[in-house]
Amino acid sequence: MQLFLQQVLAGLANGAIYAGMALAVVMIYLAIDHLNFAQGEMATFSTFIAWQFIAWGFPYWIAFAAVVAVSFVGGIAIERVLFKPLHNADILANLVAFIALFSILNSADGYIWDYTIKTFPTPFGTKPLFGSVLIDSHEAGMIVVIGVLLGLLYLFFSGTRLGLAMRAAAQNPASARLVGIRIGWMTALGWGIAAAIGAVSGMLIAPIVFLDPNMMFGVLLWGFAGAVLGGLSSPGGAVLGGFAVGIIETLVGTFVPYVGRDLKLTLALLVIVAVLMVRPTGIFGRTTVSRV
Amino acid sequence: MTTPQQETVPLGAAVARPTTRLTTGHWLLAGAIAVALVLPFVFRGFVIFQLTEVMIYGLAILGLNLLTGFNGQFSVGHGAFFGLGAYVTAIMMQRWNVPYYWTLPPAGLVCFVVGVAFGVPALRLRGLYIALVTFAAAVALPQLLKFNFFEGWTGGVQGIVVNQPGVPAFLPVISADQWLYFFTLAVVLLMFWGASNLAKSRSGRAIMAIRDHDIAAAAMGINANLYKTLTFGVSALYTGVAGALSALAVQFVAPDSFGLFVSIYFLVGLILGGIGSLWGCLFGGLFVLYVPNLAQDISRGLSGVFFGLIMLLVIFVMPSGAAGFARLAGAWVRRRVAPPMPPPGRANLAAPEPSGSIGPNSANLATTPVPEITEQQPVNMEAPNIRKPNRLGDRK
Repeated sequence: MQLFLQQVLAGLANGAIYAGMALAVVMIYLAIDHLNFAQGEMATFSTFIAWQFIAWGFPYWIAFAAVVAVSFVGGIAIERVLFKPLHNADILANLVAFIALFSILNSADGYIWDYTIKTFPTPFGTKPLFGSVLIDSHEAGMIVVIGVLLGLLYLFFSGTRLGLAMRAAAQNPASARLVGIRIGWMTALGWGIAAAIGAVSGMLIAPIVFLDPNMMFGVLLWGFAGAVLGGLSSPGGAVLGGFAVGIIETLVGTFVPYVGRDLKLTLALLVIVAVLMVRPTGIFGRTTVSRV
Repeated sequence: MTTPQQETVPLGAAVARPTTRLTTGHWLLAGAIAVALVLPFVFRGFVIFQLTEVMIYGLAILGLNLLTGFNGQFSVGHGAFFGLGAYVTAIMMQRWNVPYYWTLPPAGLVCFVVGVAFGVPALRLRGLYIALVTFAAAVALPQLLKFNFFEGWTGGVQGIVVNQPGVPAFLPVISADQWLYFFTLAVVLLMFWGASNLAKSRSGRAIMAIRDHDIAAAAMGINANLYKTLTFGVSALYTGVAGALSALAVQFVAPDSFGLFVSIYFLVGLILGGIGSLWGCLFGGLFVLYVPNLAQDISRGLSGVFFGLIMLLVIFVMPSGAAGFARLAGAWVRRRVAPPMPPPGRANLAAPEPSGSIGPNSANLATTPVPEITEQQPVNMEAPNIRKPNRLGDRK
């Protein structure tokens, strides 16, 4: 039972990161209808910048805040330069652009900061939390930070004029434009927020998985899985999906005998596919209605 | 007796198109085959190997094209079928001593069966959700190949070394590389011919109708589920045979050669070559093989940056891929050479927008190609309707 609780909490901590990535992916998906395959690389790039700040001697939280701001601006810049010209192109052209962005950022990471694995500091320490064996303080810190982030985003989207405008732009661009919302800038803002969420996730997971240019690859896969499981059209669903995927991952790895260890990823994906069989647009996704 | 006669009426319409007369397309094809036959005598060993690889990638991309370009289903996991085909060939040759040429049909068949098995769950899903299922395949395959339960067959992490196919006794003058090139060329031509015929057939039209609008296609009496599943299988078969050929060409299979990046490369090759175009797949093969090397030559440290920049350049210059670009260029040249051909009213129509100017909410009909081009290409195998985010995504 203790092992079970321990694994659930560890899964919850990883799941917080997956939830962050899933939410970042869904933010961009809602704005432009495409999955951002480069989300993980954007987050890795942000994390490297944070590492650089800390290496220059800035305190952790200052570096943290600076990187969130830089990532926000960077996300907007990427949208303006690269994806705005493509916003009418077909889905596959966009896909190539995402793969290109992935390749560019990944290679730039390696070129600037080289491919050696780096440790990344944590402000929470790694001691067991309150002397408990269930969870250590960094994992608890991850859950808290992501929780605060999600809360702030919820308040932003539900309580502010700008948040309402962004939701309107995502839901019905034509009508939103008619009431005077600048759709293009709402999309750019979505990119900025997604990049900032990604940066936070990257900085939180880096102490666990260590920092190198391919750090976020596996994390993004789980983020995607979480987003799809929860439903790509539902930000709340994506967050829950991310947590669920984190817990499924750890539980399968621990408790399925013999194959669980080697085939963890495969089995977890099988679970997700099985859920999709029952709910084809994700657990919280809207059903599509199509006109002939 | 009446039934066959009735059937010949629509066929008569098809006969009206110049099947017996040699068209420009035929000449181009003959020229391309002639060049392909001469190439291995012009270049040396390593270039021959690279050209063989180009054809193999082209065939694999063709498999993906049948699924994505012709049927509108997504796959980010075709590297898994490629790997599966390669392993079937490697295991049959090295463990069971089967001659290499007999391993291709079983490799294709195994992939067909697995492809159908993936096609069935894909039926319930749309767009990106199908992508997740195939993605699971791409992620799972290397893990399964390393899994110690199968190690007796797969050789685990170490993989399997495959013997190079020997030159047959009746052709003593050519090298093993050249022989493999010609063998690959023959297989690839056969498979392309099959795909071309499939695309022109009743089944091919059904497959494309499902891509354009599956509900409308079902209303016209097409068994959408059957065709979607079978297309998945055939697509996997093509990519699997390509994988089998690659095992022969590379002479080595290992789990890490068939990771997710293979699937990504196929996708990139497909999109840049041109969705729904047959020969565009070969351009995709060229791109996938040569451009990463080219990027490495420009700068070793920043090769990924240059690879990405080249991809962006191609997508900005040729949004509909090489095939779409060539089609537009061809139409432009034809308009210049023979301006009075179309009736005057159509002249304006014949200038299609090169980039996707179609918003997500516009009608599907707006994306059908212009009349002039369809007349000159009787069977329009391009995929104009692929540029519709609302069909491939789940939102509307």
